[in-house]
Amino acid sequence: MSHRSSLRRMPYWLLSPAVLATLIVVFYPMLQAGITSLYYNVLWKPKAVRFIGFDNYLSIAQDPVFWASLGRTALWIGITVPLQLLLGFVTALLLNQQFRWRTLARSLILIPWALPSVVIGLMWSWIYHPQVGLLNDLLLRVGLLNTAIPWLASPDTALYSIIAALVWQGFPFFAIMILAGLQTIPANLYEAAEIDGATTWQQFVEITLPGLKSVLVTAVMLRIIWVANSMDVIYVMTGGGPGYATHTLPLYAFKRTYSSMDFGYGSALAVTFSALLLGFIVLYLRRVGKGME
Amino acid sequence: MRTVKTSFTRRLFLLHLPMALIVLFAISPYLWMLLTSLKPEATLFSANRSLLPEVITLDNYIRLFAKTGFIKNLGHSFIVASGAVALGLSVSITAAYAFSRYRFKGRRPLMLMFLLINMFPVVLLIIPLFIIMKHLELLDTHAGLILGHSTFAIPFATWMMISYFNAVPRSLDEAAQVDGCRPFGAMLRVVLPVTLPGIIATGIYIFITSWNEYLYASVLAGQDVRVLTVAVQTLIGEYEIAWGLLTGGGVVGALPVTLLFMLIQKRLIAGMTQGAVKG
Repeated sequence: MSHRSSLRRMPYWLLSPAVLATLIVVFYPMLQAGITSLYYNVLWKPKAVRFIGFDNYLSIAQDPVFWASLGRTALWIGITVPLQLLLGFVTALLLNQQFRWRTLARSLILIPWALPSVVIGLMWSWIYHPQVGLLNDLLLRVGLLNTAIPWLASPDTALYSIIAALVWQGFPFFAIMILAGLQTIPANLYEAAEIDGATTWQQFVEITLPGLKSVLVTAVMLRIIWVANSMDVIYVMTGGGPGYATHTLPLYAFKRTYSSMDFGYGSALAVTFSALLLGFIVLYLRRVGKGME
Repeated sequence: MRTVKTSFTRRLFLLHLPMALIVLFAISPYLWMLLTSLKPEATLFSANRSLLPEVITLDNYIRLFAKTGFIKNLGHSFIVASGAVALGLSVSITAAYAFSRYRFKGRRPLMLMFLLINMFPVVLLIIPLFIIMKHLELLDTHAGLILGHSTFAIPFATWMMISYFNAVPRSLDEAAQVDGCRPFGAMLRVVLPVTLPGIIATGIYIFITSWNEYLYASVLAGQDVRVLTVAVQTLIGEYEIAWGLLTGGGVVGALPVTLLFMLIQKRLIAGMTQGAVKG
């Protein structure tokens, strides 16, 4: 009897270190963020700290930078993720064929995935350099440009230039996930379709896409979360500038917190962003993930 | 004969050429950084600069190691990343084993919890963590940054390890238990050795993620404990952008993780996609 009850307690013992650790490093800080967001809390005015209820949230609703950053976050996700998906899909379809340098190609396309964001930001800033950047040099030489463009310094091009860098960073993830999905689709489905006289396109629409549905839903969700959260590449490339031109919501929360040491308002922004992201993901899973599992 | 030829042209245009273009797109930024780092600093801004270096020089690398504290930065990165691996793996192996082998009350919500933590916005955690570490006087220490990195290391490792454990047939631990091992002994003696490659791959991926991480590293540390990513970012400000030095730092900083990634990619991807492919 005592042996059985100790057996029943076993999984909880095994889980306790991980649960304890996450309670300390994730859930306690999260609670703190929620609490801090209800306070006026500017770090260098420790005496002025006071409870203000939802005032920070009310200020957010009237903060034009918040709304602009929110719109930019939507744009940022709405362009980056589909482009990553498209390029990743094409890459996966190519890698799913037999050719001699396939292993080499697969290894090389993983390089963007492995690099530190800071190095990625640095590399792309160097490519976008207004005077001696590779991109301007090439475009000028080919004749597509007449004058050099300050890609990251101009408010019109800065966001899209960073998006290009992020597409580059993220497409290998899609390629690899989709490739793994492609390899689970039984080959005899295609053979049968071939006999029935289906065209390549029909096979793609009728067999490949349905077979990939669960992989695509999962991969797109993971990427939306990841792209929404990722602010380090932006931070390194433009710091959110010029002006507010490349502020996304998490970056705004981050900068608001640390440049003005306004922890109360910054926390409220972070909480708002997290709630919006969570809501979006739930909505996404309801609509797209319907009929799965 | 004609069909062979057309099928070759077909494959060239539909397979080899687009594949080559994508590979070129994937590697050219890194290659460009490498080429830049091998050019003399003075030629970078000259009017008749060339694509390929006319003289190859290691000058930038020599300056990087002799004049900046880059070796120290690499050392800090190594300590923090190793600490994150140790902490992440040690608490998540037993947790993943429990999820994989036991059916107990609260299993699903707990698993979901670990999945959710994986997706937590950094910005939500980094603000309170800064305040907490300030109180505990852990700011700018290895331990503080390791704790910060454990926020992603633990949930990620748990999820990866569950999929590796699930790949080991249960009959293996049952056989060991028949032979007199207690459940925990069965895990240590039978299941762990089989999943060792998966554990190593998970550990290396945590190492890479921690090595590459920038935001926690710059907020929770940055002065005494200045890791590589923060150092590279500071180089941008300190030396009114010495691009030769900077690209050299980028190449050196990214090389170890790129090689490690190549080493584990197969197993890592198998672990990652298993869950997703199964749905």
